[in-house]
This record gives sequence, structure tokens and C-alpha cells, in this order.
Amino acid sequence: MATPDDSRAGGIGLQRFGLGARPGQPRDQRGGARERILAEVSRGGVAQPLNPPFSGVAEIGSALFAFEDRERMEREAKLAAGQAQAMQAAAAPPNPQAVQNPQAPVTPQPPAGQQNQMAQPAKPPNEPPLPFKTYRDEIVARVQLALDAESGFAERLVMFWSNHFCIAATKSNIGRSMAGAYEREAIRPHIFGRFEEMLLAAESHPAMLDFLDNRLSIGPGSPAGKQRGRGLNENQAREILELHTLGVHGGYSQADVTNLARVITGWTMVGREAVLGFPGSFAFNIGLHEPGAQPLLGKQYAQPGMGQGLAALTDLAHHPATADFIALKLARHFVADEPPPALVASLSEVFRRTQGDLAAVSRALLESNAAWNAEPTKIRSPQEFLIASYRALGRKADPGQILGPLGVMGQPFWQPSGPNGYPDTNAAWASAEGIKTRIDVAAGWGRQAAGSVPDPRALTEDILGPLASPETRQTVARAESKPQALALLLMSPEFQRR
Amino acid sequence: MTDHSKADLDDCEAMTPSRRAVLGAAGALFAWSFVPKFAYAAAGSRDPRFLLVVLRGALDGLSAVPPIGDPDYAGLREGIALTKDGPDAALPLDGFFYLHPAMPNLARLYGSGQASIVHAAATGYRDRSHFDGQDVLESGQAGPGHTDSGWLNRLIANLPPGETVSRHGVLGVGVVPPLVVRGSAPILGWSPPRMARAGPDLMQRLSDLYGQRDPGLARALSQAIETEGIALRSSMNSDMRSGGGPDSADGMKRIAEGAAALVGADDGPRIAALAFEGWDTHANEGGAKGRLAQLLGGLDGALAAFEQGLKPVWKDTVVMVVTEFGRTAKVNGTVGTDHGTGTIAFLVGGAVKGGRMVVDWPGLKPEQLYEKRDLKPTTDIRGVAKGVVSELFGLSGPVLAERVFPGTGELAPMRGLVG
Repeated sequence: MATPDDSRAGGIGLQRFGLGARPGQPRDQRGGARERILAEVSRGGVAQPLNPPFSGVAEIGSALFAFEDRERMEREAKLAAGQAQAMQAAAAPPNPQAVQNPQAPVTPQPPAGQQNQMAQPAKPPNEPPLPFKTYRDEIVARVQLALDAESGFAERLVMFWSNHFCIAATKSNIGRSMAGAYEREAIRPHIFGRFEEMLLAAESHPAMLDFLDNRLSIGPGSPAGKQRGRGLNENQAREILELHTLGVHGGYSQADVTNLARVITGWTMVGREAVLGFPGSFAFNIGLHEPGAQPLLGKQYAQPGMGQGLAALTDLAHHPATADFIALKLARHFVADEPPPALVASLSEVFRRTQGDLAAVSRALLESNAAWNAEPTKIRSPQEFLIASYRALGRKADPGQILGPLGVMGQPFWQPSGPNGYPDTNAAWASAEGIKTRIDVAAGWGRQAAGSVPDPRALTEDILGPLASPETRQTVARAESKPQALALLLMSPEFQRR
Repeated sequence: MTDHSKADLDDCEAMTPSRRAVLGAAGALFAWSFVPKFAYAAAGSRDPRFLLVVLRGALDGLSAVPPIGDPDYAGLREGIALTKDGPDAALPLDGFFYLHPAMPNLARLYGSGQASIVHAAATGYRDRSHFDGQDVLESGQAGPGHTDSGWLNRLIANLPPGETVSRHGVLGVGVVPPLVVRGSAPILGWSPPRMARAGPDLMQRLSDLYGQRDPGLARALSQAIETEGIALRSSMNSDMRSGGGPDSADGMKRIAEGAAALVGADDGPRIAALAFEGWDTHANEGGAKGRLAQLLGGLDGALAAFEQGLKPVWKDTVVMVVTEFGRTAKVNGTVGTDHGTGTIAFLVGGAVKGGRMVVDWPGLKPEQLYEKRDLKPTTDIRGVAKGVVSELFGLSGPVLAERVFPGTGELAPMRGLVG
């Protein structure tokens, strides 16, 4: 059994817990891999993207509402102009031109929730609409951080937690515009903090309240509920229990789901009227909140107002089932699809003992020999593969080279098909079509990078070092061209698995 | 492909009927699967095609196939209730059930005896988690937590090796294959291509490297290469432009066209699974128009694309459309519906004995609902699936009850669905 100081185990560890080597990283940065990653945990904190498009959700909310107002006005103006023209044409004697093209000026209404690039005549021709531009700029900023990170362990944790508490940018303009801010505000600050803080930040973030519909949920007995005859939406409450805390086998009932939905009524987002704060920011609206005590998992929550939800979420964060659920997911993500049960048990124990201190849980993971010495069986996810490849090839974060490849490989940022996030097993990513698509992508990257990489054989040594098998070295060395050699390096088993 | 599976194939092909006949108790289960197949072959041989469409997110069966004849329907559905008259009237089926107006193709197929609709149906799963519900639907197991293989894969694994069906494996559409096709039998993968494909030389070199170093990747790559070969030979449209995903009408159509081209090819897979997404309509679901209507329109377009793309083999085809569970009978507080239980399934294709509602209607009064909130399931979707695949592929009841849908010995395959 290799020890962590063994250079091969160290190399695997940097791929398992980090984002892979960068060329020319000094050799002394590669020895003692475990100690260096542990030191990153001790330093605490995590980098925040530089120059994000907006500072936070309140700024995004104002800009988004202004954008939507402008779009609507332009649409209406176009429609009015079209009608005027059509009436004119109808009044005039028929002429071929008018008959040929009577409806041209009337642009069809875009389907709800879809961007219509035609409806933006005022902005530069290649500038995408605000929500998509914001989404794109946020991705570029966060990918650049991952490319610059030393080992990349903290960035991997951001990706893990962002997927655990996932939202979907595709749901709405709000989701599209706020996905990056959500990760910056609800996830990043807490990866070495306390789980309950991340939970509260995520569940109260406007992006989550929009994604899981809680901003629309109304207590039937609240003033607004009585007046408008609308009511509960239990979507977010269910996913809090099933996906964010206890897990589906965590021992809750349908009644718990409905009661938690009542508890978090009133957790909403400030609308364009800005009644309760800045548009787009979080607000607790007592007028939507279901009054009265609610039972949850056998305990009564009688706190008034928002305190009821805070108390319920805090208890859920400290629940033993939550510790087990998080421990299993972490071990599965970093170590193996079926992780060693002893490792899962020890992570869960640390989580419980420290009441969800995520730095302590990270340390326990890194200090485990079982986690460190396991054979590399897990295939890198498409996002990991892209970032590790770009680090290896020395590339910058260029939007056109991020969104496209991640889309075809099936893992664009913040766009899982459901609230359970992207899958985290080989069965999902090491599929026939998945590998084929990766090869297509790697072939393209090889062509693009061939001019800037002097010698693929030297790069293979630099990036894989002691991990490279004789067969991989030989395959790279015998490639018919430099682009092909780079594609072979990126697709080698040693680069793909961690 | 590994040596192991190749050896299995050779071994089984070498078996003659006479040798099978003398197999002892250990082989009896295996041998069962042959008997109805011979009987079937005598009745007129057919080269069947089966496509499973999974609607992820839980389709609202009460909107897709509204029971407008039920006196309690309109009250439960309030503003999203569909009606049998008016400008956006639902399409008539049997006078009690109607079809959502966004599905004219399905209505036409139903009218011409090429589609049946199962209502008030569910798997054996009674909780309301999407992900466990989908796992149960796709694994074919009695409960969640079994995700190592799917029932379509085990179906193929239990057909006689060397038969057309098993020889060609099962197609899983998507970069991530759906659980229902995962398992030990060969899986082919395909998704609508969105970028230039790598050249054959690079593929060959990686194939060699994986063969030396990584059996898992080697297996995945060989299957991908095989599928691509079929796609090329069936002259599939290689110029498919990038478009919407599996939650858009455009994406559903492209996926259906691609799957039809592969499944319709002479040397293509006979069985395929694909998934459409976006059915989790918690808020602003819409009635005759709106969010769900757009999705149903997309599904309807996909059904038309199957019919068109599979034309030469349509008479031997069954497309089964299923979802993990239904939604609450009553509209929720945000003009949508929350997770429920009973819902619908569609059976579409020339091989379907169609034009029928397959339903034991439980009613919609509060005490008739499951837990006073959901449409009560009165038909087990696994019995429907067992009936279709047993009649289509000649699998026997015991194999279905023990291998394909384990622990369903009490649940008889529903007869007479395939004509």
C-alpha cells in the first residue's frame, strides 16, 4: 500500500482532491501533497471571483426588472407599429408588396421564459440579453478562479456544494441572472464554515426561492392567503428534507413536508415594487406567513415569524440523518462510487461531533488514509475534465470555449435537469456516448492548443509524472500529430480517472 | 467488448435446442424464456421494436388525459381545468376521458387504433421523491435503492443470446444513459450531435490504449463506435443543428428522430429508452395553453417523429410513455400541482391493439383519492410493461417476474395490449 508521501499517491491525491497539475508548477509544490492541501484548509476562506458583473442580488434584481420593462415596451411599440402599418396596407389598394408581406412587422410573442434576441434592437448586435450575459460573465469569472487555484481543493468543494444545493439557471430570468451570485453569496463563504450557515444562506437566497417556487407559496391562513385564496407550494420544503438535509431515507413523512412548507411561507423575494427592500433581494413577508405553531419530526415550532423557519432549519442541519447523508455524498464524490463504509462513518461522526463544522469534515477526509490511498476509479466529471484540461494546456477562461464543450458533455454550469443536481457516479459519466463526446471535445482542444504546447511528451511528464503508464507515454509519443498527441494525453486513463 | 462477454455469447450460440431440452433444474429458469418465443414465432414472425419514453418530473395525468366526465374534475382543477367545448376544447376519447388539446397526433393515432391510454396507473412506489420514483420506474425493482441495472437491460439479458433483439443491445439516448438501460447487456449510446466528431484514427489509438490499460473505458468506447457505425449506415442526418434540450419541443423532436433512425435500421438496436424533461409543474402549470401544454405539444411532435421515422417497421413497434408518478388531484396554492401518485401511460405504435382506455377509474371524491390528495392508482404500470414485452418479445411470466421485474410474481402481465 502506498503512503501519501509516495509520489504516485501524491499525484493521484492532487487529482482526487484538486483540479490537476499546471505545467511548470514547481516540483517542490508537488511533494507533500496532503500537507499542502491541509494547509489550504487551515488558511480557511475561499477566493471570490474578481469583477463579477454585479455585486449581488439586489443590483441584479434592479437591472433585471429594468431590462424586462424595456423589453416589454419595445415589444409593445413594435406591435403597435405593426398594427398601424397593417391597417395602412389594408386601407390602400392592394399591391404585390403588401400582399406578399402583410404580417412581417408583427413579431410573434416569444414563449414565456425564453429569450428572444430579436427583441433587442437597441444593444450592440452580438451582445446577448442581460440574463444570459450575466450568466456567461459569472461563469468566466468562476472558471478563471479554478484555473488559478493552487491545488483546487476549495474550488472542488464549491462545485460539490453548488451541486448539492443546486439551482437551475434555465428556470427563469431570475435563475439565469442570479446563478453566479447565488454561488458567490450562499456557497463560497461557507465551504470551510458551518453547514447550518450554508443551509440558511441557500434556502433564503432569492435564486433558490425562485427555483423551488417558495417565493410564490402562501400560507392559507395568512392575511394574503385569506384574501387571495391562494396557498401552499410544497416544492422547496420537500427538497430541503429530501435533498438538502435528511436525505430521502431520513425518516420524514408527507405531513412533515407540508408542515415545513407552512413554516417557510413568507420566505420570498422582493418584487419590482420594492415594498420590503431592494428588488431582487430576500425578504420575509409576514403577510404570507402561515400563523401558528407547526409540528416537524415530532417537535413543535411555535416561534413567531421567520424565527420558526430558522429554528427548523437549524435543527435539520444538526440532525444525525443529515450528518450521514452529507458524509456519504462527500466520500462518494471524492473517493469512490461505493466508498469505504468506515470512511463514511468517520466523516459522519466528525460532522455530528462538531455540529457541522465543514473545515473539520474536510480535514477528516484529507487525513484519512483510506481516502488518500484508494485506487483512482472515478472518472472526472465534465466540469472537472474541462478545468483540469485547461490547467494542463495553460488556457484562459474564454466563454466560447467553456459553455459549448460543457453543454455537449452534459454538464453546463448551474443547469442540472432537476433539483437533485448532476449525478456523481461512473455509470453516469463513463457511458459510451459520454466518452465518445469527450473524445470529440478533446480532439478540438488538441487542435486549438497545439500551437502553444512545445512538446506533448514533456507535457505528459509534467502533468501526469509518476502516474503516466508506459502505454500512455508510448501512445502520446507515437501520435501522428501534435493535436492528436494532446487529445491522447487528455483522454488517457490516468488523466480521466482520479 | 471484453473477452468474458464474447465467450458467453459463443457458448450460448453453440447450444442446440436438444441440449437445452436436457438442462436440469439449474437451467430451467433460463429455458423458460424460449418456450413462448417458439409459440409466438408459429403465430407469425415479427421483428419487434420497443421504445420507452420516460417523462422526468412527474406528468400531471389529470391534465394530459382529463376525466372531464367525472363530476369532481372541474372543481378540483379550478382555473386549469380543461373543457370539452369552447375554443381550446380537449379532444374526445371515449366520452368520459379526453385528451389535452396540444396532442392532436396522439388523438389521431388513438382514433385509428394505434394508441391506447392507461389511466390511474403507478409503479409500486408510494412516496413522492422524483429521484426514488424514477429509480423504481427504471430499475424495475419493488423499491428504491437498486440502481445497478435497469429492467430493459435485464430484459435483453434474459432473451435467447444470438436473437436479433439481444444481439443488437439496448439504446440509451443521452450523454448520460438512463438507468433503465444500464446493466450487463450491451448498451448503445447516442445523443443529438452538437460538434465535429473526432477522426477514426484518434478513436483507434484510444481504443488500443484503453484495451491495454482500462477495460471500463474500452467497453464504453467500443459501444460508442458501434452505434456510430449504425448511424452512418442508416444515413442518419448528420447535419442536425444544435437546438433545444430534452425539455423543449424542438429537442424532443430531434431526439425522437435520432432514436427512430437508429431503431429503424436493419442492424440497429430493437429496444431503446429516452427521456424528456421538465414535467415538474409546481407553479403556473397552465390549462389548454401554457407550460404543460408546450411540453405535451413537444411529446406529441415526438410521437409523430417516431411514426414517420419508423414507418417501415411501425406495424411491429410499441412506444411506451411513462412517468415516475402523478400530481395532486387538487390544484395547489400557486396554480400548479405538487407531487402525487396515480397518472397515465401511453402505448403508441402499429403493434398496439389501440383505440382503448385501459382503466379502472377510482373516482375523484376526497375519500376516493389516495391519502385524500392524489389520484388513486388502480393499475400497476409494471403489469402493463410486463404484458407489452411478453407479447412483443415472447418472454415468459416467470422470467419477467423474477429477472426483469423481480418480486412481481403476484402481478400478472396484462394481456391483449399488443395486437
